[in-house]
Amino acid sequence: MKIGKARVPYLLLLPGFAFLFTFFILPILNLAQTSTQTPVKGGDTGEYEQTFAFSNYINAFVDNKEQFGRSFVYATLATILALAIAYPLAYAIAFKSGKFKNILLVLVVAPFFTSFLLRTVAWKQILGEEGFIVPTLRSLHIISEQTTLTSTAFAVVAGMTYNFLPFMTLPLYASLERIDPRTIEASGDLYANGLTTFRRVTVPLSMPGVVAGTLLTFIPAAGDYVNAAILGSPNTKMIGNVIESRYFKIVDYPTAAALSFTLMAAILILVTLYIRKAGTEELV
Amino acid sequence: MSQKIKDATIPTIPTKARISRWFGRNMLRIYMIFGFTYLFVPVAYTFVFSFNDSGKSNLIWKGFTLSNWQNPCGAPEVCNALGNSIKIGVLATTFATILGTMIAFAIGRYQFKGRSSSNLLIFLPMATPEIVLGASLLSLFLVFKINPGFWPTVIAHVMFCTSFVVVTVKARIASLDPRLEQAAMDLYANELETFRRVTLPLVAPGIAGAALLAFSLSFDDFIITNFNSGTLITFPKFVYVSAARGIPAQANVIGSSMFFLALAIVIAGQLVNRKKAR
Repeated sequence: MKIGKARVPYLLLLPGFAFLFTFFILPILNLAQTSTQTPVKGGDTGEYEQTFAFSNYINAFVDNKEQFGRSFVYATLATILALAIAYPLAYAIAFKSGKFKNILLVLVVAPFFTSFLLRTVAWKQILGEEGFIVPTLRSLHIISEQTTLTSTAFAVVAGMTYNFLPFMTLPLYASLERIDPRTIEASGDLYANGLTTFRRVTVPLSMPGVVAGTLLTFIPAAGDYVNAAILGSPNTKMIGNVIESRYFKIVDYPTAAALSFTLMAAILILVTLYIRKAGTEELV
Repeated sequence: MSQKIKDATIPTIPTKARISRWFGRNMLRIYMIFGFTYLFVPVAYTFVFSFNDSGKSNLIWKGFTLSNWQNPCGAPEVCNALGNSIKIGVLATTFATILGTMIAFAIGRYQFKGRSSSNLLIFLPMATPEIVLGASLLSLFLVFKINPGFWPTVIAHVMFCTSFVVVTVKARIASLDPRLEQAAMDLYANELETFRRVTLPLVAPGIAGAALLAFSLSFDDFIITNFNSGTLITFPKFVYVSAARGIPAQANVIGSSMFFLALAIVIAGQLVNRKKAR
């Protein structure tokens, strides 16, 4: 008569999952394989053979541990800063904006639509020598004549904070907005003052948003290399910059693959620990 | 009586306390102003410098002109890059929306074996750093001797957009009132008719939102594109490559137009929703 009902979901999944399998799972497996290859003796640059050289991982890590450390430090700083900026913002939009709520929400997402590279380059010029901030700070003697704001770790972290801010704000807003105002009233009725209510009621109820927001900020920040390339200097190189140059400038695929895998594994481990600790299961 | 209270309260508040009270009351508002200023400074900068009579490199303000807006293709590479980005964006959005919507219906509407691992497969691409997605796909293409370029880029974009479509559409499906579909069945509509005349129109706004999201993700993507596009120049790639020697002001025109266009679409969507709600 017609297709058995039990088969419908599988038929719906088939094309999408076939696609994801071919272009997501397979590449990751292939990357794993590439990561243990070594150059063909006497071959051209870019020619590699499978030798199961797991030492690639050790070499890749030892050679680049500085950049690894920097990636995680910068990403952590950017995540904390973004949380500090986004939480009050999301709180104000959710609870204090009245009829302007939707407009303000659109405004949070709006900067997104100007290409993120254009915005990063704009920061470079705003913070640069020709911008208006550096000369002003110098004439006020807040910074010395030699101090620059671009090509510093400060600029890279600030750029990442800026670029991932909407990823932090939106989930925070979503979880704050869902809080039943009666729970906050109830806390007041039980003689909790504003601060206690915030600490003991609002923050715990918004934890799913905090977890989602920090993950959505931390993961792309740890793998980012655009901010470091545009706003940083050779001293602020992150692991993303290393992977990129291994691929394109040195054609050293095995090392790039080993680095990618190490990055992914490190992020997955951190994320798992973090979710365990934060105690929220409902993320997907 | 009321006169007495007035006299008793108002003059006794010292200015300092009044200021701190005013801050206490308006702190969040002040904070919001700072927050939004921070968000919009580079956008405003990009917009202002789209009017710069800059010549080749748009670094220093040299005077006001409308010529960049009158002739956005004055720097031909910009328009070429923009064209590529739009083509890739439209194709990737179409495929990702179709694949993602099908998956969303399967996961959102059916109980079946392997449902939670399906959820995991959707979540993983979103939890993988872009550089790993880009690098792994490139090494697969290299194994099969496929040269990076237009179609590899489209494939890469479909891959990372699909998960976002699934999540968005699934949320919309979850918020549907099941009684509406039951009502259609009670009125003797068969399953296909119910789907076509009731379910699909109700889910449509979610699908439209997902498509918009997919397009903006694809249009703005740099890292994955950089790995898989070879010599093809997209708009973000153009900005990245020319960042060192200064970006032509026409790029600012395009960035600003995208901003206003997207804003208009979002606001129009909100207005339509409000009208429907009435």
